[in-house]
Amino acid sequence: MSLSVDIRHRLGAFSLDAAFETRGRLTALFGPSGSGKTSLVNLIGGLLRPDSGKIVADGRVLVDTAAGVFVPKHKRRIGYVFQDARLFPHMTVVQNLRFGRFFTPAAERYAAWDSVIDLLGIGHLLDRKPNSLSGGEKQRVAIGRALLASPKLILMDEPLASLDDRRKAEIMPYIERLRDETGIPIVYVSHSVAEVARLATDMVVLDEGRVAAAGPTSQILQRLDLLPEEERGEGGAVLDMRVTARDEAFGMSTLASAVGEIHVAGLDAAPGATVRVRIRARDVIVATERPRGISALNILPGRIAGVAFGNGHFADVSIDCSGETISARITRQSAEMLGLAPDLPVFAVVKSVTFDRANTAPAAGSDASHETMGNEVG
Amino acid sequence: MQWLLDLTPDEWNAVRLSIKVATVAMLFSLPPGILIALLLARGKFWGKSVLNGLVHLPLILPPVVTGYLLLLTFGKRGPVGAFLDQHFGIVFSFRWTGAALACGVMAFPLLVRAIRLSIEAVDRRLEAAAGTLGANPAWVFGTITLPLILPGIIAGMILCFAKAMGEFGATITFVSNIPGETQTLPSAIYTFTQVPGGDEGALRLTIISIIIAMAALVASEVMARRVGRRLDVE
Repeated sequence: MSLSVDIRHRLGAFSLDAAFETRGRLTALFGPSGSGKTSLVNLIGGLLRPDSGKIVADGRVLVDTAAGVFVPKHKRRIGYVFQDARLFPHMTVVQNLRFGRFFTPAAERYAAWDSVIDLLGIGHLLDRKPNSLSGGEKQRVAIGRALLASPKLILMDEPLASLDDRRKAEIMPYIERLRDETGIPIVYVSHSVAEVARLATDMVVLDEGRVAAAGPTSQILQRLDLLPEEERGEGGAVLDMRVTARDEAFGMSTLASAVGEIHVAGLDAAPGATVRVRIRARDVIVATERPRGISALNILPGRIAGVAFGNGHFADVSIDCSGETISARITRQSAEMLGLAPDLPVFAVVKSVTFDRANTAPAAGSDASHETMGNEVG
Repeated sequence: MQWLLDLTPDEWNAVRLSIKVATVAMLFSLPPGILIALLLARGKFWGKSVLNGLVHLPLILPPVVTGYLLLLTFGKRGPVGAFLDQHFGIVFSFRWTGAALACGVMAFPLLVRAIRLSIEAVDRRLEAAAGTLGANPAWVFGTITLPLILPGIIAGMILCFAKAMGEFGATITFVSNIPGETQTLPSAIYTFTQVPGGDEGALRLTIISIIIAMAALVASEVMARRVGRRLDVE
């Protein structure tokens, strides 16, 4: 499945001029509010008609203003999960779920009722009315409703934004399962680095209606300059690592990849499984000598690939660990004190307890469990 | 109680006729009422304010003026009246159908207003959501918009019925006051007040009017509550 977008659209004083192409299983449209993310998904979903441009999904032309093509939204077969769920208030949950299914030609219904209900855990809600559901339940039903229409693509517009942290944690595993088990490509709008790092295989960074960058999540999140200033520390390395060993006594797992070995606590995945690990730039300590007598379990040797001084008090350091890059955000003072410069051998030190919200890798054939790694740092 | 039900044939006719006229006026106004409410609530076209003005005209004009205009247009020799008579055999003047037309026209603004307000209150994002699920505009209207505006439609219908029951000026101007054909409750009450010894009949019909009006109001409340429970809008 590929999605290619190349459109120009004007909305009052705001202008959107964006082109990107993605083959990702879950492509995040990332950017601050007002960057044009929602307009972009509305254009893909057919809720907006672009001034000019072309949108092609899986070889099917949805919009081509030059050729006069505009497929109306009800013929696009694109599922849309809105930020505010938008369940029909005059119908029960089961009627909501049947709605999209009813309009799908029988031959094209691939979504099996029972497995969708199971996937989202909404079997006990079927006879309820939308207004008696919690925010998280509403959002799960909305995902189910979109899914049961057997869409060729799913759009999600900040589906977690209106939920509190607990509800977010409740929904995330379902979105991961959707991504990994159904094979329907997803376009996911978000302004949260944490969500994107955990869910997205690919990302498109939007800034004031323009595409600032696009590519695999692991590469884009390394570029801290793309992230909003207050969230730069949230960026960092996203690594797919294999579970190589497990220590039952301490509940520790050992993960390995080119960067070396890291140790995490409370990971519920069997040896051999692949998991995705996010090492946030602000959680990385940079040392010029191998530290000793330190509680941090993860000490990864590497070389400085680059040091970027912003206009603030911080320095963003890229460390090349055997080909993979780990980013560290430290103070400008520390960087100067240590005399950090390209090619200097250093050690990246990461506390094990900082591995939160990392998740299972998108790697195909992964049999990793869908539990989150560890807990929130307390 | 016996006194109340002891109606003369003409009085009975007036009661039956009023209910028939009001019901027909309400049912026939409903489809165009919904259509025009939709146009006014959502349409973007030249002359929208003209249409809005036309619809509301019977509300502001003296009823006698509306009745006279109906007589000029739908009377036997009026342009529309003559056409309908020749081609379809439909006659309005001095018939109960004319009374229904007069009542329908007079009540139309109230019907349109109630439905229009409920259409404007519909969350259009729900309709967009239905569209993404594969429903074409007609299905969206039938499955989302219509059920959501049902309370407004019911309110509009009851208003329309009540207004039609009470319409006097336009009706009497257009179709006169013929017992058994065009003499509705208000006309009959008016007639009683014009003759000596008519007080008792006028009072009887007045009480019956009140009972019918109250019954309509209660019916609308019950229906609205039932629909409201089904809708359960947050």
